[in-house]
Amino acid sequence: MNIYHPYTIFPLGDGALTIDFGNIISEELNQKVLDFYHHLKNSQHPFITDLIPAYSSLTVLYDVAAIYQHLEGDNSAFETMANIMEGMAVAKHQPEEKKEIIHVPVCYAFDFAPDMEYITREKNMDATDVIRLHTEPLYRVYMLGFLPGFAYMGQVDHRLQLPRKKEPRLHVVAGSVGITGKQTGIYPLQSPGGWQILGRTPLKVFDNQLSDPVLFHPGDTVKFYSISEDEFTDYQNRHS
Amino acid sequence: MSLRITRTGILDTVQDTGRFGFQHLGINPGGAMDRFSAQLANALLGKELHDAVMEIHFPAAEILFESPTVITICGADFSPAINNQPVPLHHPIAVNTNAVLQFRHVEQGARCYISVLHGLDVELWLGSYSTNLKAETGGWKGRILKRYDQLPFKKNYDVSALLGDKEVHVLPWKANDTVDTRNEIECILGSEWSWLTREAQQAFQNNWFLVSSNADRMGYRMSGAALEVNRADQLVSSAAGFGTIQLLPDGQMIILMADHGTTGGYPRIAHIISAHLPLLAQKKPNNSIRFKITPLEAAEKKLVVQKKYLQQLQIACKFKMNF
Repeated sequence: MNIYHPYTIFPLGDGALTIDFGNIISEELNQKVLDFYHHLKNSQHPFITDLIPAYSSLTVLYDVAAIYQHLEGDNSAFETMANIMEGMAVAKHQPEEKKEIIHVPVCYAFDFAPDMEYITREKNMDATDVIRLHTEPLYRVYMLGFLPGFAYMGQVDHRLQLPRKKEPRLHVVAGSVGITGKQTGIYPLQSPGGWQILGRTPLKVFDNQLSDPVLFHPGDTVKFYSISEDEFTDYQNRHS
Repeated sequence: MSLRITRTGILDTVQDTGRFGFQHLGINPGGAMDRFSAQLANALLGKELHDAVMEIHFPAAEILFESPTVITICGADFSPAINNQPVPLHHPIAVNTNAVLQFRHVEQGARCYISVLHGLDVELWLGSYSTNLKAETGGWKGRILKRYDQLPFKKNYDVSALLGDKEVHVLPWKANDTVDTRNEIECILGSEWSWLTREAQQAFQNNWFLVSSNADRMGYRMSGAALEVNRADQLVSSAAGFGTIQLLPDGQMIILMADHGTTGGYPRIAHIISAHLPLLAQKKPNNSIRFKITPLEAAEKKLVVQKKYLQQLQIACKFKMNF
Protein backbone atom coordinates (compact mmCIF):
# COMPACT_ATOMS: atom_id res chain seq x y z
CA MET A 1 0.00 0.00 0.00
CA ASN A 2 1.37 3.41 -0.91
CA ILE A 3 0.49 5.83 1.87
CA TYR A 4 0.43 9.49 0.88
CA HIS A 5 2.57 11.62 3.14
CA PRO A 6 1.71 15.32 3.16
CA TYR A 7 4.78 17.55 2.95
CA THR A 8 5.82 21.17 2.68
CA ILE A 9 8.73 22.61 0.69
CA PHE A 10 10.45 25.77 1.89
CA PRO A 11 13.70 27.58 1.08
CA LEU A 12 16.57 27.10 3.53
CA GLY A 13 18.41 30.22 2.47
CA ASP A 14 18.94 31.11 -1.21
CA GLY A 15 20.79 27.93 -2.20
CA ALA A 16 18.82 25.12 -0.57
CA LEU A 17 15.32 23.83 0.02
CA THR A 18 13.85 21.54 2.65
CA ILE A 19 11.11 19.00 2.01
CA ASP A 20 9.46 18.53 5.38
CA PHE A 21 7.19 15.52 6.01
CA GLY A 22 6.14 16.57 9.52
CA ASN A 23 7.71 17.52 12.80
CA ILE A 24 7.84 14.04 14.35
CA ILE A 25 10.25 11.19 14.99
CA SER A 26 8.74 8.17 13.26
CA GLU A 27 10.45 5.22 11.65
CA GLU A 28 8.01 5.23 8.74
CA LEU A 29 8.53 8.91 7.90
CA ASN A 30 12.28 8.58 8.30
CA GLN A 31 12.23 5.63 5.87
CA LYS A 32 10.31 7.80 3.40
CA VAL A 33 12.98 10.50 3.76
CA LEU A 34 15.82 8.00 3.27
CA ASP A 35 14.23 6.34 0.22
CA PHE A 36 13.82 9.79 -1.32
CA TYR A 37 17.41 10.67 -0.34
CA HIS A 38 18.85 7.52 -1.99
CA HIS A 39 16.79 8.14 -5.10
CA LEU A 40 18.18 11.69 -5.46
CA LYS A 41 21.71 10.60 -4.57
CA ASN A 42 21.64 7.90 -7.26
CA SER A 43 20.17 10.29 -9.83
CA GLN A 44 23.34 12.46 -9.63
CA HIS A 45 21.32 15.47 -10.60
CA PRO A 46 23.71 18.12 -12.02
CA PHE A 47 22.16 21.00 -10.02
CA ILE A 48 22.35 19.22 -6.64
CA THR A 49 25.51 19.87 -4.57
CA ASP A 50 24.60 18.23 -1.25
CA LEU A 51 21.78 16.32 0.46
CA ILE A 52 20.98 16.33 4.17
CA PRO A 53 18.43 13.74 5.31
CA ALA A 54 17.14 14.31 8.85
CA TYR A 55 14.44 12.75 11.09
CA SER A 56 11.52 13.78 8.95
CA SER A 57 12.94 16.12 6.31
CA LEU A 58 15.30 16.12 3.37
CA THR A 59 17.34 19.22 2.50
CA VAL A 60 18.68 19.70 -1.01
CA LEU A 61 21.52 22.15 -1.71
CA TYR A 62 21.72 23.36 -5.29
CA ASP A 63 23.97 25.42 -7.55
CA VAL A 64 22.02 28.64 -8.22
CA ALA A 65 24.43 29.89 -10.93
CA ALA A 66 24.22 26.58 -12.84
CA ILE A 67 20.41 26.69 -12.75
CA TYR A 68 20.37 30.26 -14.09
CA GLN A 69 22.64 29.18 -16.93
CA HIS A 70 20.10 26.59 -18.03
CA LEU A 71 17.00 28.50 -17.00
CA GLU A 72 14.25 29.32 -19.44
CA GLY A 73 11.24 31.39 -18.44
CA ASP A 74 10.79 33.44 -15.29
CA ASN A 75 11.16 30.81 -12.61
CA SER A 76 13.64 31.37 -9.80
CA ALA A 77 16.21 28.71 -9.00
CA PHE A 78 14.11 27.79 -5.94
CA GLU A 79 10.94 27.38 -8.02
CA THR A 80 12.84 25.30 -10.56
CA MET A 81 14.15 22.95 -7.87
CA ALA A 82 10.84 22.89 -5.98
CA ASN A 83 9.06 21.83 -9.19
CA ILE A 84 11.54 19.00 -9.71
CA MET A 85 11.03 17.87 -6.10
CA GLU A 86 7.21 18.13 -6.16
CA GLY A 87 6.76 15.12 -8.36
CA MET A 88 9.38 13.05 -6.62
CA ALA A 89 8.20 13.68 -3.06
CA VAL A 90 4.92 11.85 -3.67
CA ALA A 91 6.37 8.94 -5.65
CA LYS A 92 7.29 5.70 -3.94
CA HIS A 93 11.01 5.04 -4.17
CA GLN A 94 12.72 1.69 -4.06
CA PRO A 95 14.19 1.22 -0.57
CA GLU A 96 17.91 0.41 -0.33
CA GLU A 97 18.72 -3.16 0.61
CA LYS A 98 18.71 -3.78 4.34
CA LYS A 99 22.21 -3.98 5.75
CA GLU A 100 23.50 -6.17 8.58
CA ILE A 101 23.09 -5.11 12.19
CA ILE A 102 26.14 -3.21 13.48
CA HIS A 103 27.13 -4.62 16.89
CA VAL A 104 28.77 -2.01 19.10
CA PRO A 105 30.71 -2.93 22.27
CA VAL A 106 30.17 -0.49 25.16
CA CYS A 107 31.88 -0.45 28.53
CA TYR A 108 29.36 0.84 31.06
CA ALA A 109 31.86 0.90 33.98
CA PHE A 110 31.69 3.99 36.20
CA ASP A 111 35.04 5.33 34.99
CA PHE A 112 33.58 5.58 31.48
CA ALA A 113 30.08 6.64 32.54
CA PRO A 114 30.18 9.99 34.34
CA ASP A 115 26.37 10.22 34.42
CA MET A 116 25.59 6.61 35.42
CA GLU A 117 25.21 7.58 39.07
CA TYR A 118 22.78 10.38 38.17
CA ILE A 119 20.79 8.07 35.88
CA THR A 120 20.46 5.28 38.49
CA ARG A 121 19.45 7.81 41.15
CA GLU A 122 17.00 9.64 38.90
CA LYS A 123 15.41 6.42 37.62
CA ASN A 124 15.66 4.54 40.90
CA MET A 125 17.25 1.47 39.33
CA ASP A 126 20.71 -0.05 39.52
CA ALA A 127 23.36 0.05 36.79
CA THR A 128 22.55 -3.51 35.68
CA ASP A 129 19.00 -2.42 34.81
CA VAL A 130 20.26 0.65 32.98
CA ILE A 131 22.66 -1.51 30.95
CA ARG A 132 19.94 -4.05 30.19
CA LEU A 133 17.49 -1.37 29.06
CA HIS A 134 20.14 0.30 26.90
CA THR A 135 21.46 -2.89 25.27
CA GLU A 136 18.09 -4.58 24.64
CA PRO A 137 16.64 -2.59 21.73
CA LEU A 138 17.64 -2.59 18.10
CA TYR A 139 18.31 1.09 17.36
CA ARG A 140 17.74 2.81 14.08
CA VAL A 141 20.17 5.46 12.82
CA TYR A 142 17.69 8.19 11.90
CA MET A 143 20.24 10.76 10.80
CA LEU A 144 23.75 12.11 11.25
CA GLY A 145 24.58 15.63 12.33
CA PHE A 146 26.19 17.86 14.96
CA LEU A 147 29.69 16.38 14.43
CA PRO A 148 31.29 14.30 11.66
CA GLY A 149 29.93 10.78 12.15
CA PHE A 150 27.53 11.60 15.02
CA ALA A 151 24.53 9.27 14.57
CA TYR A 152 21.17 10.12 16.12
CA MET A 153 19.76 6.70 17.09
CA GLY A 154 16.40 5.74 18.52
CA GLN A 155 14.42 4.89 20.28
CA VAL A 156 15.52 4.67 23.89
CA ASP A 157 13.24 2.67 26.23
CA HIS A 158 10.75 5.03 27.89
CA ARG A 159 11.96 3.90 31.34
CA LEU A 160 15.43 5.31 30.53
CA GLN A 161 14.45 8.63 28.97
CA LEU A 162 15.99 11.74 30.53
CA PRO A 163 16.38 15.37 29.46
CA ARG A 164 19.78 16.71 28.40
CA LYS A 165 22.10 18.12 31.05
CA LYS A 166 21.32 21.66 32.21
CA GLU A 167 24.96 22.64 31.89
CA PRO A 168 26.61 20.93 28.91
CA ARG A 169 30.03 19.37 29.56
CA LEU A 170 32.89 21.26 27.93
CA HIS A 171 34.79 18.07 27.08
CA VAL A 172 33.05 14.81 26.31
CA VAL A 173 35.62 12.09 25.51
CA ALA A 174 35.52 10.56 21.99
CA GLY A 175 33.60 7.25 22.02
CA SER A 176 31.30 8.34 24.86
CA VAL A 177 27.79 6.90 24.59
CA GLY A 178 25.01 9.25 25.63
CA ILE A 179 21.24 9.40 25.90
CA THR A 180 18.73 12.25 25.81
CA GLY A 181 14.98 11.86 25.43
CA LYS A 182 14.26 9.10 22.92
CA GLN A 183 17.72 9.41 21.40
CA THR A 184 21.04 7.69 21.98
CA GLY A 185 24.34 8.43 20.25
CA ILE A 186 28.13 8.20 20.35
CA TYR A 187 30.46 11.21 20.37
CA PRO A 188 32.87 10.57 17.45
CA LEU A 189 35.35 13.25 18.58
CA GLN A 190 36.09 15.03 21.81
CA SER A 191 33.64 17.91 21.98
CA PRO A 192 31.33 19.84 24.26
CA GLY A 193 28.07 17.97 24.80
CA GLY A 194 24.87 17.91 26.81
CA TRP A 195 23.79 14.27 26.63
CA GLN A 196 23.84 11.98 29.71
CA ILE A 197 26.92 9.79 29.33
CA LEU A 198 26.41 6.13 30.37
CA GLY A 199 29.37 4.36 28.75
CA ARG A 200 32.13 4.38 26.15
CA THR A 201 32.88 2.32 23.07
CA PRO A 202 36.43 1.40 22.02
CA LEU A 203 35.28 1.53 18.36
CA LYS A 204 36.39 4.41 16.17
CA VAL A 205 33.13 5.99 15.09
CA PHE A 206 34.97 8.51 12.90
CA ASP A 207 38.34 7.93 11.22
CA ASN A 208 39.64 10.61 8.87
CA GLN A 209 42.14 8.13 7.37
CA LEU A 210 39.41 5.97 5.83
CA SER A 211 37.82 6.64 2.44
CA ASP A 212 34.46 6.17 4.18
CA PRO A 213 35.32 7.99 7.41
CA VAL A 214 32.17 7.15 9.39
CA LEU A 215 30.96 3.91 11.01
CA PHE A 216 27.23 4.67 10.90
CA HIS A 217 25.04 5.72 7.98
CA PRO A 218 21.44 6.90 7.87
CA GLY A 219 19.08 3.90 8.05
CA ASP A 220 21.56 1.52 9.74
CA THR A 221 20.49 -0.80 12.55
CA VAL A 222 22.64 -0.82 15.69
CA LYS A 223 22.79 -3.11 18.75
CA PHE A 224 24.92 -2.33 21.80
CA TYR A 225 26.50 -5.03 23.96
CA SER A 226 28.18 -4.65 27.30
CA ILE A 227 31.92 -5.29 27.74
CA SER A 228 34.20 -5.18 30.80
CA GLU A 229 37.01 -2.68 31.35
CA ASP A 230 39.57 -5.39 30.48
CA GLU A 231 37.79 -6.13 27.22
CA PHE A 232 37.72 -2.41 26.47
CA THR A 233 41.50 -2.13 26.99
CA ASP A 234 42.13 -5.34 24.99
CA TYR A 235 40.07 -3.98 22.13
CA GLN A 236 41.94 -0.70 22.08
CA ASN A 237 45.32 -2.47 22.15
CA ARG A 238 44.36 -4.77 19.31
CA HIS A 239 43.22 -1.88 17.12
CA SER A 240 45.81 0.78 17.81
CA MET B 1 59.76 26.12 -3.96
CA SER B 2 57.89 26.95 -0.77
CA LEU B 3 56.85 29.50 1.79
CA ARG B 4 57.54 29.32 5.49
CA ILE B 5 55.57 30.52 8.49
CA THR B 6 58.00 32.48 10.65
CA ARG B 7 55.49 33.60 13.29
CA THR B 8 52.31 31.85 14.45
CA GLY B 9 49.07 33.79 14.02
CA ILE B 10 45.98 33.41 16.20
CA LEU B 11 43.93 31.41 13.68
CA ASP B 12 45.41 30.99 10.22
CA THR B 13 44.26 28.04 8.13
CA VAL B 14 44.14 26.80 4.55
CA GLN B 15 40.61 27.08 3.11
CA ASP B 16 38.77 26.90 -0.20
CA THR B 17 35.13 27.27 -1.25
CA GLY B 18 34.04 24.37 0.94
CA ARG B 19 33.54 20.61 1.12
CA PHE B 20 30.20 19.56 -0.32
CA GLY B 21 28.56 16.16 -0.70
CA PHE B 22 29.17 14.78 2.80
CA GLN B 23 26.69 16.60 5.00
CA HIS B 24 24.56 13.43 5.29
CA LEU B 25 27.49 12.08 7.36
CA GLY B 26 27.57 15.13 9.60
CA ILE B 27 30.64 16.48 7.78
CA ASN B 28 30.13 20.22 7.43
CA PRO B 29 31.28 22.21 4.38
CA GLY B 30 33.64 24.57 6.24
CA GLY B 31 35.65 26.65 3.76
CA ALA B 32 36.49 30.35 3.68
CA MET B 33 34.26 32.59 5.80
CA ASP B 34 34.42 35.36 3.18
CA ARG B 35 34.05 33.27 0.04
CA PHE B 36 34.03 36.37 -2.17
CA SER B 37 37.44 37.63 -1.05
CA ALA B 38 38.93 34.12 -1.16
CA GLN B 39 37.79 33.71 -4.76
CA LEU B 40 38.77 37.26 -5.66
CA ALA B 41 42.36 36.54 -4.53
CA ASN B 42 42.43 33.55 -6.88
CA ALA B 43 40.71 35.38 -9.74
CA LEU B 44 43.31 38.19 -9.72
CA LEU B 45 46.03 35.61 -10.37
CA GLY B 46 43.95 33.84 -13.03
CA LYS B 47 43.72 30.75 -10.80
CA GLU B 48 40.70 28.48 -10.41
CA LEU B 49 38.22 30.18 -8.06
CA HIS B 50 38.03 27.14 -5.77
CA ASP B 51 41.83 26.82 -5.31
CA ALA B 52 43.26 26.71 -1.80
CA VAL B 53 44.07 30.04 -0.09
CA MET B 54 45.29 31.00 3.37
CA GLU B 55 42.67 32.56 5.65
CA ILE B 56 44.36 34.96 8.04
CA HIS B 57 43.01 36.40 11.30
CA PHE B 58 44.65 39.13 13.38
CA PRO B 59 47.19 38.90 15.08
CA ALA B 60 48.41 37.30 11.88
CA ALA B 61 51.16 34.93 10.85
CA GLU B 62 54.40 36.23 9.36
CA ILE B 63 55.30 34.60 6.07
CA LEU B 64 58.71 34.15 4.45
CA PHE B 65 58.80 33.35 0.73
CA GLU B 66 61.56 30.82 0.05
CA SER B 67 61.22 31.11 -3.73
CA PRO B 68 59.82 33.75 -6.11
CA THR B 69 56.06 33.80 -6.70
CA VAL B 70 53.10 36.14 -7.18
CA ILE B 71 50.53 36.63 -4.40
CA THR B 72 47.29 38.54 -3.90
CA ILE B 73 45.90 39.67 -0.55
CA CYS B 74 42.14 40.24 -0.40
CA GLY B 75 39.46 40.86 2.21
CA ALA B 76 40.26 42.48 5.56
CA ASP B 77 42.86 45.26 5.63
CA PHE B 78 45.47 44.27 8.20
CA SER B 79 47.91 46.87 6.75
CA PRO B 80 50.11 44.32 4.97
CA ALA B 81 53.79 45.07 4.38
CA ILE B 82 56.47 43.19 2.47
CA ASN B 83 60.07 43.79 3.54
CA ASN B 84 58.67 46.61 5.71
CA GLN B 85 57.12 48.46 2.76
CA PRO B 86 53.31 48.76 2.72
CA VAL B 87 51.66 46.82 -0.11
CA PRO B 88 48.13 47.24 -1.47
CA LEU B 89 45.22 44.83 -1.17
CA HIS B 90 43.47 43.42 -4.24
CA HIS B 91 46.60 43.72 -6.42
CA PRO B 92 48.80 40.88 -7.64
CA ILE B 93 52.27 41.33 -6.12
CA ALA B 94 55.40 39.57 -7.39
CA VAL B 95 57.80 38.69 -4.54
CA ASN B 96 61.38 37.43 -4.68
CA THR B 97 63.11 34.81 -2.53
CA ASN B 98 63.44 35.93 1.11
CA ALA B 99 60.57 38.46 0.90
CA VAL B 100 58.80 38.70 4.29
CA LEU B 101 55.08 39.42 4.52
CA GLN B 102 53.79 40.95 7.76
CA PHE B 103 50.46 42.32 8.90
CA ARG B 104 50.81 45.29 11.24
CA HIS B 105 47.40 46.36 12.51
CA VAL B 106 43.70 46.07 11.78
CA GLU B 107 42.37 48.83 9.55
CA GLN B 108 39.16 47.14 8.51
CA GLY B 109 37.52 43.72 8.59
CA ALA B 110 38.09 40.40 10.30
CA ARG B 111 39.72 37.99 7.83
CA CYS B 112 42.03 38.29 4.88
CA TYR B 113 42.95 35.82 2.18
CA ILE B 114 46.27 35.14 0.49
CA SER B 115 46.40 33.37 -2.83
CA VAL B 116 49.76 32.15 -4.14
CA LEU B 117 50.30 31.76 -7.90
CA HIS B 118 52.36 28.58 -7.56
CA GLY B 119 49.62 26.94 -5.50
CA LEU B 120 49.90 25.37 -2.04
CA ASP B 121 50.64 21.65 -1.96
CA VAL B 122 48.22 20.78 0.84
CA GLU B 123 45.95 17.89 1.80
CA LEU B 124 42.81 17.23 -0.20
CA TRP B 125 40.20 15.54 2.02
CA LEU B 126 36.84 14.47 0.55
CA GLY B 127 37.30 16.76 -2.43
CA SER B 128 38.30 19.94 -0.59
CA TYR B 129 41.45 21.64 0.72
CA SER B 130 39.54 23.28 3.57
CA THR B 131 40.94 22.66 7.03
CA ASN B 132 38.47 20.86 9.29
CA LEU B 133 39.93 21.65 12.71
CA LYS B 134 37.49 19.37 14.59
CA ALA B 135 38.12 16.38 12.36
CA GLU B 136 41.83 17.31 12.25
CA THR B 137 42.10 16.82 8.52
CA GLY B 138 42.23 18.74 5.24
CA GLY B 139 44.36 21.78 4.44
CA TRP B 140 47.73 21.89 6.24
CA LYS B 141 47.81 18.76 8.42
CA GLY B 142 44.26 19.47 9.58
CA ARG B 143 45.45 22.25 11.89
CA ILE B 144 46.27 25.95 12.07
CA LEU B 145 49.50 27.21 10.50
CA LYS B 146 52.38 27.42 12.96
CA ARG B 147 55.89 28.78 13.09
CA TYR B 148 58.38 26.60 11.17
CA ASP B 149 55.69 25.14 8.87
CA GLN B 150 57.09 24.92 5.36
CA LEU B 151 54.29 24.86 2.77
CA PRO B 152 55.58 23.49 -0.55
CA PHE B 153 54.40 24.97 -3.83
CA LYS B 154 52.58 22.82 -6.33
CA LYS B 155 53.64 24.27 -9.67
CA ASN B 156 56.85 25.37 -11.27
CA TYR B 157 56.47 28.72 -13.04
CA ASP B 158 59.28 31.14 -13.84
CA VAL B 159 58.12 34.58 -12.65
CA SER B 160 61.44 36.39 -13.13
CA ALA B 161 60.04 38.43 -16.04
CA LEU B 162 57.30 39.84 -13.73
CA LEU B 163 59.79 40.60 -10.98
CA GLY B 164 62.49 42.24 -13.14
CA ASP B 165 65.37 43.31 -10.90
CA LYS B 166 63.07 44.11 -7.97
CA GLU B 167 62.49 42.28 -4.70
CA VAL B 168 58.79 43.22 -4.65
CA HIS B 169 56.78 44.38 -7.63
CA VAL B 170 53.12 45.38 -7.52
CA LEU B 171 51.56 44.38 -10.85
CA PRO B 172 49.50 47.03 -12.63
CA TRP B 173 46.00 45.53 -12.38
CA LYS B 174 43.56 45.32 -9.50
CA ALA B 175 39.98 44.47 -8.65
CA ASN B 176 37.28 47.13 -8.74
CA ASP B 177 34.80 45.33 -6.52
CA THR B 178 36.41 44.81 -3.17
CA VAL B 179 35.27 44.68 0.40
CA ASP B 180 31.93 46.25 1.06
CA THR B 181 31.73 47.68 4.56
CA ARG B 182 28.04 48.47 4.72
CA ASN B 183 26.17 47.48 7.87
CA GLU B 184 22.81 46.65 6.35
CA ILE B 185 22.73 42.96 5.60
CA GLU B 186 20.01 41.37 3.52
CA CYS B 187 18.21 38.19 4.43
CA ILE B 188 15.28 36.09 3.31
CA LEU B 189 12.60 34.78 5.66
CA GLY B 190 13.05 31.45 7.41
CA SER B 191 10.48 28.70 7.86
CA GLU B 192 9.75 29.74 11.46
CA TRP B 193 9.53 33.49 10.78
CA SER B 194 5.81 33.39 11.61
CA TRP B 195 6.61 32.17 15.12
CA LEU B 196 7.85 35.67 15.97
CA THR B 197 5.31 38.06 17.46
CA ARG B 198 4.42 41.07 15.33
CA GLU B 199 6.53 43.26 17.63
CA ALA B 200 9.50 40.89 17.30
CA GLN B 201 9.17 40.91 13.51
CA GLN B 202 9.30 44.71 13.59
CA ALA B 203 12.24 44.74 15.99
CA PHE B 204 14.13 42.31 13.76
CA GLN B 205 13.84 44.71 10.84
CA ASN B 206 14.26 48.02 12.64
CA ASN B 207 16.69 47.45 15.49
CA TRP B 208 20.46 47.37 15.38
CA PHE B 209 22.04 44.14 16.61
CA LEU B 210 25.53 43.80 18.00
CA VAL B 211 27.97 41.06 17.05
CA SER B 212 28.80 39.70 20.53
CA SER B 213 32.23 38.58 21.70
CA ASN B 214 30.99 35.05 21.07
CA ALA B 215 31.57 35.19 17.30
CA ASP B 216 33.82 32.75 15.49
CA ARG B 217 34.01 30.50 12.44
CA MET B 218 31.11 28.39 13.78
CA GLY B 219 28.66 31.18 14.38
CA TYR B 220 27.99 34.74 15.47
CA ARG B 221 25.96 35.13 18.62
CA MET B 222 24.14 38.45 18.31
CA SER B 223 23.08 40.67 21.15
CA GLY B 224 20.12 43.02 21.16
CA ALA B 225 16.50 43.22 22.24
CA ALA B 226 15.16 39.71 22.93
CA LEU B 227 12.75 38.52 20.23
CA GLU B 228 9.57 36.90 21.49
CA VAL B 229 7.73 34.01 19.91
CA ASN B 230 4.03 33.17 20.04
CA ARG B 231 4.56 29.42 20.06
CA ALA B 232 6.95 27.11 21.83
CA ASP B 233 6.90 23.95 19.73
CA GLN B 234 9.94 21.70 19.87
CA LEU B 235 11.44 21.11 16.44
CA VAL B 236 13.00 17.76 15.59
CA SER B 237 16.51 18.25 14.21
CA SER B 238 16.83 19.14 10.56
CA ALA B 239 19.38 20.78 8.27
CA ALA B 240 20.87 24.20 8.96
CA GLY B 241 23.05 26.24 6.62
CA PHE B 242 25.75 28.93 6.39
CA GLY B 243 23.80 32.11 7.14
CA THR B 244 20.86 30.50 8.93
CA ILE B 245 19.65 32.79 11.74
CA GLN B 246 18.49 30.63 14.63
CA LEU B 247 16.50 31.93 17.56
CA LEU B 248 17.79 30.67 20.91
CA PRO B 249 15.46 30.02 23.86
CA ASP B 250 16.51 33.32 25.50
CA GLY B 251 15.29 35.34 22.48
CA GLN B 252 18.78 36.10 21.17
CA MET B 253 19.95 35.10 17.70
CA ILE B 254 22.86 33.04 16.49
CA ILE B 255 23.91 33.28 12.84
CA LEU B 256 25.53 30.07 11.64
CA MET B 257 28.84 30.63 9.84
CA ALA B 258 31.23 28.47 7.76
CA ASP B 259 32.00 25.82 10.42
CA HIS B 260 28.34 25.38 11.50
CA GLY B 261 26.98 21.96 12.41
CA THR B 262 25.02 20.32 9.59
CA THR B 263 21.78 20.11 11.58
CA GLY B 264 20.00 21.96 14.34
CA GLY B 265 16.74 22.18 16.21
CA TYR B 266 16.22 25.89 16.90
CA PRO B 267 13.65 27.97 14.98
CA ARG B 268 15.07 29.38 11.74
CA ILE B 269 13.72 32.89 11.58
CA ALA B 270 15.73 34.08 8.56
CA HIS B 271 18.76 33.37 6.37
CA ILE B 272 21.47 35.85 5.34
CA ILE B 273 21.57 35.95 1.54
CA SER B 274 24.65 34.24 0.08
CA ALA B 275 25.84 37.41 -1.67
CA HIS B 276 25.97 39.20 1.71
CA LEU B 277 27.68 36.45 3.75
CA PRO B 278 31.06 37.98 2.82
CA LEU B 279 29.94 41.29 4.41
CA LEU B 280 29.00 39.49 7.60
CA ALA B 281 32.21 37.45 7.59
CA GLN B 282 34.16 40.72 7.82
CA LYS B 283 32.26 41.88 10.94
CA LYS B 284 33.91 41.65 14.34
CA PRO B 285 32.63 41.61 17.92
CA ASN B 286 31.04 44.98 18.78
CA ASN B 287 30.15 45.81 15.16
CA SER B 288 26.47 46.68 14.73
CA ILE B 289 24.37 45.41 11.88
CA ARG B 290 20.81 45.74 10.68
CA PHE B 291 18.79 43.17 8.79
CA LYS B 292 16.85 43.99 5.64
CA ILE B 293 14.38 41.48 4.27
CA THR B 294 14.68 40.89 0.55
CA PRO B 295 12.82 38.62 -1.92
CA LEU B 296 14.37 35.22 -2.64
CA GLU B 297 14.64 35.91 -6.33
CA ALA B 298 16.63 39.13 -5.74
CA ALA B 299 18.98 37.17 -3.48
CA GLU B 300 19.56 34.57 -6.18
CA LYS B 301 20.27 37.24 -8.79
CA LYS B 302 22.83 39.00 -6.56
CA LEU B 303 24.64 35.70 -6.09
CA VAL B 304 24.68 35.07 -9.85
CA VAL B 305 26.02 38.59 -10.56
CA GLN B 306 28.80 38.06 -8.02
CA LYS B 307 29.73 34.72 -9.52
CA LYS B 308 29.79 36.12 -13.07
CA TYR B 309 32.01 39.00 -11.99
CA LEU B 310 34.51 36.58 -10.44
CA GLN B 311 34.47 34.29 -13.48
CA GLN B 312 35.05 37.15 -15.91
CA LEU B 313 37.82 38.62 -13.78
CA GLN B 314 39.45 35.20 -13.53
CA ILE B 315 39.50 34.78 -17.31
CA ALA B 316 40.83 38.32 -17.91
CA CYS B 317 43.62 37.86 -15.34
CA LYS B 318 44.53 34.46 -16.75
CA PHE B 319 45.37 36.18 -20.02
CA LYS B 320 47.35 38.87 -18.21
CA MET B 321 49.36 36.35 -16.18
CA ASN B 322 49.90 34.21 -19.28
CA PHE B 323 51.04 31.03 -17.48
